[in-house]
Amino acid sequence: MKKIPFLLVSPAVLFYIVFLVSPLLITLIMSFHGYSIYTGISDDFSLANYEEVLSDSYFYKIFLRTFLLSVAVALLCTILAIVEALILYKMSTFYKSISLLIILGPLLVSVVVRTLGWAILIGENGFLSSIPVLLHLSEQPVSLMYTQIGVVITMVHVLVPFSIIAIMATMSKLDDSIVNASLSLKASSFYTLRKVLIPQLMPGILSGVMVVFTLSITAFATPAIIGGRKLKVVAMVIYDEFLATLNWPLGASIAMILIIINFVCIYFYNKYTQKKYKRVFQ
Amino acid sequence: MSYLSLKGITKQFDDFTAVKNFNLDIKQGEFISLLGPSGCGKTTTLQMIGGFTEPTEGSIVLEGKDITFTKPNKRDFGIVFQTYALFPHMDVFENVSFGLATRKIPKELIKEKVNNILALVKLEQFKHRYPAELSGGQRQRVAIARSLVYEPSLLLLDEPLSNLDAKLRENMQIELREIQQKTGTTTLLVTHDQQEAMALSDRVVVMNSGNIEQVGKPQFIYNNPGSFFTLDFLGKSNKLSGDILLDEGKYILKIEDFSSEIKAKETSSNVTFYVRPEKIKINIDNEIGLKAKVKSKLFLGIYVVYVFSRAKDDDILVYTQEKFRDIEVGENAYLNWQPSDIICFLGD
Repeated sequence: MKKIPFLLVSPAVLFYIVFLVSPLLITLIMSFHGYSIYTGISDDFSLANYEEVLSDSYFYKIFLRTFLLSVAVALLCTILAIVEALILYKMSTFYKSISLLIILGPLLVSVVVRTLGWAILIGENGFLSSIPVLLHLSEQPVSLMYTQIGVVITMVHVLVPFSIIAIMATMSKLDDSIVNASLSLKASSFYTLRKVLIPQLMPGILSGVMVVFTLSITAFATPAIIGGRKLKVVAMVIYDEFLATLNWPLGASIAMILIIINFVCIYFYNKYTQKKYKRVFQ
Repeated sequence: MSYLSLKGITKQFDDFTAVKNFNLDIKQGEFISLLGPSGCGKTTTLQMIGGFTEPTEGSIVLEGKDITFTKPNKRDFGIVFQTYALFPHMDVFENVSFGLATRKIPKELIKEKVNNILALVKLEQFKHRYPAELSGGQRQRVAIARSLVYEPSLLLLDEPLSNLDAKLRENMQIELREIQQKTGTTTLLVTHDQQEAMALSDRVVVMNSGNIEQVGKPQFIYNNPGSFFTLDFLGKSNKLSGDILLDEGKYILKIEDFSSEIKAKETSSNVTFYVRPEKIKINIDNEIGLKAKVKSKLFLGIYVVYVFSRAKDDDILVYTQEKFRDIEVGENAYLNWQPSDIICFLGD
């Protein structure tokens, strides 16, 4: 009888082994191999690739840039999503569903397409770039292409629906009379927001932060199109090592380091938030 | 004289009038219940008193001050919600002290007041538990403590006991009444449970589709319902019909062979009247009463329920505690009652 549950999960397990675990293992093994431009990938086994990455300030700069970008995107997405979710909370069911459709609709369009849309808006001849000229603030169009701000804006636009989904999920569990209860206890609207609403949305806010952070630390398309080669992020370095330099082992080791950083961040983040909210949200 | 006055309150939603011309005066320290089925407008009335919705017409006056459009956080009321609406991220102490903190009361005093109220609701040892770690009855008491701790000028209770199981509900009713009497807080309870309303209140307001059906002391309206709605909503009753005849200057109600006195002004035939099941006496000693046969018998511990069937008319329900010879299913008996127990809506 005990076999049945195993049988039932086996297709899913098999799927993950074939498409997730095995490529990761291959990447891990690859990251220990050597490489030279003349002989290609060699079968030796060493930590040389890791030493190379960890001793080069070039990589440190890129890792730091990626990390800061992800933190900034996660923070901005969260602030925007809290405001949007609170507005949605106040809406009637009809307008709420329309607004949700507008918010989630872009997820149906490929990230590349949405990013190219922004490239048109903020490009040299883009509409947004010409606004400072129209306002007589500048003689020349101000383009945000190939700037850190441009990358952040586009990434926030691409990822904000994930934060909203996470916060809305917690919001649907809110007791409808909780706001009235706070008001009846002589709390102002702002006090209610700060002391009652936001703390109760914390689980959603925190999981939204994590989703956006992990998605942006591994993001490729948006930073590649908007930031270009000037503002490389880790995913682009990996891509270049694999497809331009053809140094697969080095690319694999960078990928492994990125995975480890991601895991460490998620682990400590979860540990901290779970400890804090375990008793409250059972 | 009156503490809280609701003057001609009307609440109109798009195409639906939730509350129609509602007038009520509440005395200080009084425990009053709004009783009615769902959709009768009782919760809307509470929402208007609490300041969460504004009446379309009419005014709410508290101690001579018009508060009709005062914001809920500017009224000094305590509200216990149906779902309790406790703050899940705060422990019991923080929940109860919330309304004191917003009133900028010094910390030492908050501690003292919270400890006092927690003692009153018997929750001292649960001070540092979170709502998720409490039972339904304990949460209920936290909600009551939270809304009483700052000594509100009015306590509003919105179906506060409906989420508790029957036994706990009865205990909480007793506790709630005790707490209210100790603190002397003017209280308005909204409920659809007639037993709860009657057990707790000084006066009951029976509501039906936005209107007040009847206001009065629980016992009075139970025994003297002003309409069929009140009669039916407050408990079970038997519907009977007979003729009113004049016999030697007295009015007599005659059903089949059974005649009893009745207060009436004129004779009429085929009158509908009602008798509460617990007011009916089962008579097996002689043949005075309405002849009926026991159809079923249910022993409920504190009383016995009999269902009597009659030759032609509807069954008669009887609740009794009498320790006479048990009559069993299939046996005959004669049912009678006191003239004062007849409820009749002549002219309806």
